[in-house]
Amino acid sequence: MSLIVNGSEVPAPADARVSLLDFLREGLHLTGSKMGCNQGACGACTVLVDGERVLSCLTLAVQVEGRSVTTIEGLAGHDGLHPLQAAFIEHDGFQCGYCTPGQICSAIGMAAEAQRGVPSHVSADLAGEVTLTREEIQERMSGNLCRCGAHNGIIDAIRATMAEVAA
Amino acid sequence: MTPFDYARAGDTAEALRLGGAEGAAYLGGGTNLVDLMRETVASPARLIDVSMLPGAIEEIDGGGLRIGAAVRNTALAEHRLVRTRYPMLSRAILAGASAQIRNMATVGGNLLQRTRCTYFYDTDAARCNKREPGAGCDAREGFNRIHAVLGASDACVATHPSDLCVALAALDAIVHVDGPSGDRTLPFGELHRLPGDQPDRDTVLAPGELITAVELPPLSFGATSTYRKVRDRASYAFALVSVAAALELEGDRIADVRIAFGGVAHKPWRATKAEAALRGGPATHQAFLDAAAAEFAEAQPLRDNAFKPALAGRTLAAVLGALAKGETA
Repeated sequence: MSLIVNGSEVPAPADARVSLLDFLREGLHLTGSKMGCNQGACGACTVLVDGERVLSCLTLAVQVEGRSVTTIEGLAGHDGLHPLQAAFIEHDGFQCGYCTPGQICSAIGMAAEAQRGVPSHVSADLAGEVTLTREEIQERMSGNLCRCGAHNGIIDAIRATMAEVAA
Repeated sequence: MTPFDYARAGDTAEALRLGGAEGAAYLGGGTNLVDLMRETVASPARLIDVSMLPGAIEEIDGGGLRIGAAVRNTALAEHRLVRTRYPMLSRAILAGASAQIRNMATVGGNLLQRTRCTYFYDTDAARCNKREPGAGCDAREGFNRIHAVLGASDACVATHPSDLCVALAALDAIVHVDGPSGDRTLPFGELHRLPGDQPDRDTVLAPGELITAVELPPLSFGATSTYRKVRDRASYAFALVSVAAALELEGDRIADVRIAFGGVAHKPWRATKAEAALRGGPATHQAFLDAAAAEFAEAQPLRDNAFKPALAGRTLAAVLGALAKGETA
């Protein structure tokens, strides 16, 4: 009964009620992932499970047993910030920073989706290649709210680094 | 959250064995059930996790598709054959929720998600016959902008929240079910119930029954189909009204048409009256509006949602007008 969090194997909690978010924050003291609404409406708790962006507040920790979780704490390399983290600073992608870990994990998941051709609600051609225009990023990131209103900076940061993140 | 036992099913047989126990509930992606449990609207004694059962999308004889119940919404929306043969289904899924939720949510769970009526969730202050049979309905005389105008009852005016299901209703999908009394199939239109005097029952499934797959029959004009959703903000909101439609023209006459509405009833609403009014007739804007008017002739609007029949008509006319020009976006 274990899962991998940022590359390290950890035992899953015994109580099935524990959400992945609470497990990360209270059990592992990885407090980067944030609790906003705790009901799947804001995206602040977004993490990557086997590379896919999901909401950790609506995921039971026991459900990810045997799978690999990446949080904001797992993104920076030995040589410094992840390019998207650096771009958020460069482009003023936040004010208070509360939604930022979720925004960054979400954008990394989005890059992988776009690269494999997942269309979006605003894609004119369902079967065509995905070009991450501003409109496409706005739609694909709509699950991450920012109450400071830093969305324009967030999108600028994502656009500036998208090619690098997807690579 | 009330304490519960958790077990992950390795295969369908194990799921059925575990799911037959008293107080058991099947867990898919958890995007609805975990929230309901946290709000104590639902409090199952044990969760049988079926989200890791093998989920595949397979082509079947004649050109249809069989979709495993554990397939995630994203995987279904991005599947090449869904995008090309049933674009309305891809578009319906992509119009729903957020990317994170679509990555989590399963097809089976999507079919069984519960209403988003705010009174249903308000365990502290609201009466709700769906949550507590016989308690009363605070939505009927309350804030009911998102509520039903067709097929509602005195007991319940809630709407079904799914986008995916609206497309499945239009596509004549077949639901595969397995359970204590064996396996069976049912037409998609028979899965969900109208509320009547038992609004606590959303579907006809018996206790312990599990949706194992959804089958899409071939539809020769499925490529000329789309889904349009009208909502209070541009993304990540439930529908006020939505339309799934497919259109086949012969010259300027309508050879065949499929229409279903979302956001207007307790179940995805297959518009058989509108379809009948259109088949064989001209593909004109006025014909589209008249067909919608026929479908909504018996609508019973509430205080805040009287706009829905007209909005549904204009949305249908816009969608069919676009399809008639070959536009599916």
